[in-house]
Amino acid sequence: MSIDALDAPAKRSRPGMKPTDISNPDYFHKVVDCQWACPAHTPVPEYIRLIAAGRYADAYMVNWKSNVFPGVLGRTCDRPCEPACRRGRVEAEPVAICRLKRVAADNKGEIRDRLPKPATTKNGKRIALIGAGPASLTVARDLLPLGYHVVIYDQDPAAGGMMRTQIPKFRLPEKVLDEEVGFITDLQPELRMGKRVDSLKAVLAEGFDAVFVGCGAPRGRNLEIPGREEAKANIHIGIDWLSSVSFEHVDKIGKRVIVLGGGNTAMDCCRTSRRLGGEDVKVVVRSGFEEMKASPWEKEDSMREGIPIHNFLVPKEFTHKAGKLTGVLFEKVKAEFDAKGKRSLVPSGEPDVHFECDDVLVAVGQENAFPWIERDAGIEFDKWGMPKVDEVTYQSSNPKVFFGGDAAFGPKNIIWAVAHGHGAAVSIDKFVNGLSVADRPPPFVTLASQKMGIHEWSYDNDIANDLRYKVPHLPNEVALKDVKAEVELGFDRELGYKETQRCLNCDVQTVFSAKLCIECDACVDICPTDCITFTENGDEKDLRTRLTAPAKNTTQDIYVGDGLKTGRIMAKDEDLCLHCGFCAERCPTGAWDMQKFLLETAQAGEKCQSR
Amino acid sequence: MTYLAKPKFRHPSLEKNERGFTRRDYEGSISTLCAGCGHDSISAAIIQACFELNIEPHRIAKMSGIGCSSKTPDYFLGQSHGFNSVHGRMPSVLTGANLANKNLIYLGVSGDGDSASIGLGQFVHCVRRGVNMTYITENNGVYGLTKGQFSATADRGSKSKAGGTNTDSPIDLVSMALLAGATFVGRSFSGDKPQLVPLIKAALSHNGPAFIDVISPCVAFNNHAGSTKSFDFVRDHNDAVNRLDFFEGRAEIVTDYEPGTVQDVEQHDGSIIRLHKIADSYDPTNKVATMNYLATHHEKGEVVTGLLYLDPNPKDMHQLLRTVDVPLNRLGVKELCPGAKALDTINDEYR
Repeated sequence: MSIDALDAPAKRSRPGMKPTDISNPDYFHKVVDCQWACPAHTPVPEYIRLIAAGRYADAYMVNWKSNVFPGVLGRTCDRPCEPACRRGRVEAEPVAICRLKRVAADNKGEIRDRLPKPATTKNGKRIALIGAGPASLTVARDLLPLGYHVVIYDQDPAAGGMMRTQIPKFRLPEKVLDEEVGFITDLQPELRMGKRVDSLKAVLAEGFDAVFVGCGAPRGRNLEIPGREEAKANIHIGIDWLSSVSFEHVDKIGKRVIVLGGGNTAMDCCRTSRRLGGEDVKVVVRSGFEEMKASPWEKEDSMREGIPIHNFLVPKEFTHKAGKLTGVLFEKVKAEFDAKGKRSLVPSGEPDVHFECDDVLVAVGQENAFPWIERDAGIEFDKWGMPKVDEVTYQSSNPKVFFGGDAAFGPKNIIWAVAHGHGAAVSIDKFVNGLSVADRPPPFVTLASQKMGIHEWSYDNDIANDLRYKVPHLPNEVALKDVKAEVELGFDRELGYKETQRCLNCDVQTVFSAKLCIECDACVDICPTDCITFTENGDEKDLRTRLTAPAKNTTQDIYVGDGLKTGRIMAKDEDLCLHCGFCAERCPTGAWDMQKFLLETAQAGEKCQSR
Repeated sequence: MTYLAKPKFRHPSLEKNERGFTRRDYEGSISTLCAGCGHDSISAAIIQACFELNIEPHRIAKMSGIGCSSKTPDYFLGQSHGFNSVHGRMPSVLTGANLANKNLIYLGVSGDGDSASIGLGQFVHCVRRGVNMTYITENNGVYGLTKGQFSATADRGSKSKAGGTNTDSPIDLVSMALLAGATFVGRSFSGDKPQLVPLIKAALSHNGPAFIDVISPCVAFNNHAGSTKSFDFVRDHNDAVNRLDFFEGRAEIVTDYEPGTVQDVEQHDGSIIRLHKIADSYDPTNKVATMNYLATHHEKGEVVTGLLYLDPNPKDMHQLLRTVDVPLNRLGVKELCPGAKALDTINDEYR
């Protein structure tokens, strides 16, 4: 113990960190790491508790309100919430948030009576949505109940966008997608399906009050290397091929398949190939295994199906004989890092590698394509050919035209598209009503004590020690026979319940009231993760080193309570707080209280206009 | 009312000591005392002290009597030996255990009721026999388990929660320990771990009767205005004579303090207690001056804390009794029944 710490406490507090303003909704929102990380800010712990209580329909509705496609996302989400999950900082793995969402969707039962009904009175405003993917459908869902006339355009015969065309059915069964898309089409938008939009100006000429562009990033990047033209009959662009499989235009592939690329599309391509006759399917990637863009679980799923991943191989040439593809020639590379830590792939000098194959699937990235937007339609484009879109309002330089999803800022994922859709719907609703789109509605926030009695809380504060549960899969022998057989079986109710118990309830906040505190140290002594310190104030950098346990994770805030009798401050490192409530249980004066923080992002509607 | 076990998850950067234990390995079962009890802070200080001293838990025997304080050994050092004895009889049990096995570290935990009322005689005699132990009283001035009557250490004139005034003269356990011959005497406050932890460490390393009186506010029955054992009163009247650092070896001793502000006292085992003087001219090795200081400052209504008295070269009970080096419980039948011939030799000495 250092001598400095032994100094008698000063009566007046030293200068340093300002007391935390917990009335700013962002403060506690950040503590709910999963919700903060979710682009749509789904109140994750709230729905996990509902699942634990067996209230699947309620859990589903919490999701549906925030992310529109719980059943789809419960199977396919990119899960930005999981790396953020606090559980992953106190033990090996985060809560299986995504698969719990699926538990809610699988067990929800009939919920149609809880959904909004088609508007009975129309407001006379007409909105066009280009593309029927997750971004546009979200805009439609938010605007239709308000009385808007919404027209949705798509080139494909059925709504769903990339959720239908690019995600294989063994990952996302058609009936799950149909149901959730149906919840939106039941609100009676005008669907103009099966015809590509060729001109934005033509759409604008129809006199819409606003246009939303949610056409995705529909063009798969090509690979222009020798042999591409000669062997083109057996070289397919990944997303186009997946789309053809989805619409059943393609139902087989050669026995030996090479998939080029290391993203999630590549994983879908190789796994689909295994189900359409591919026996020797391999993925070949330029980068190393760790740097691959595919989600770790998708790589894992591919390898489980007997698909090897070859790394550090750059395709050099498609080899062919008599106009028929025979294989791909690769150059071996290695990673080198410059002084700044930037990686480059340089030839390793080893001999080239040749893999024989019958078909190649190219999944090396996607691009935006806006040939249908006339350059004089009032929309500015940047030097990469992307429209200039405001990141908060989603408005383009043509105030009537809004963008969202992959069309706005390049390829991302479904949950981002949903978040953009909500934001764009707010903007459109304001815009057509003559309000400022820059003036964003604040979120709806409640903060309520969970205390029921001494050592009694209205949430389950007993921390489960269980490790993450694995989702059961169909055995390969069955799964690989049918491209439509869902391979992940999902958690059943029992397993789902067990997994819910791993959630730390990070939305139940430790709220500190300095004027009630008698500085007895009970909270400091009981805290299992040494989060709480009573000490002299100081600037944040200094304070972080002087806490009971050093606060090294600077992405997590220090909660400062000021106004104690000894002139010290209470400093709590939010980083590893288990939200077990033991500080509040041990507090003799109620200076600590556990209060549930529920934040719902405002969506388009009267409530946000009123402000 | 349920008491959940403290979650197993710990801070990933939690340090391990030389024995490979983290601080949390020295914890016991979950406390069932009232929320905010000063005793729980003392338990935390004991845990911290044992962790910092790299003590193997099985080397400690924790003994207690009856009362809130005497429940606490269940809440720390869950891997150590323990004995929860009859009310006020902990000193006898501890003495017996120490006689049988002097190789363990003895930690007696008691309260103002257990030591100043029913066990007062036991306390004094245990100290005067020079038993090598650390004797901690968790002193809150009330009988908490029976809802807050004044205990024998309550100051005259202090008010009870129900409004009554104490008319009896208080027993000062620190003065009694000094009189009875304790060779290490300290007083501290449950709300001041930076003072308490090194004090406990020094006491545990002391080879003789070490006594620490810890003022430990009873949040349920004695933490109100008019109490002299409340958080506010002790903070306002705390007259700390010194603060200390405890060093197990000489290696880390560096003197970069102004002369006269620091006093290093070397103990028998080579450990060093470094005292940062707060009260000028306070010399904790002078027993008479210490008693004088305590009396004077008690008159002023101050709570004197710190390391109050230290004999750096104490003699413990085993030295005084001249017992054999081997702990008595290790002696076999051969040593204990040396036979008729040996008895004859002994008897011959008295003829």
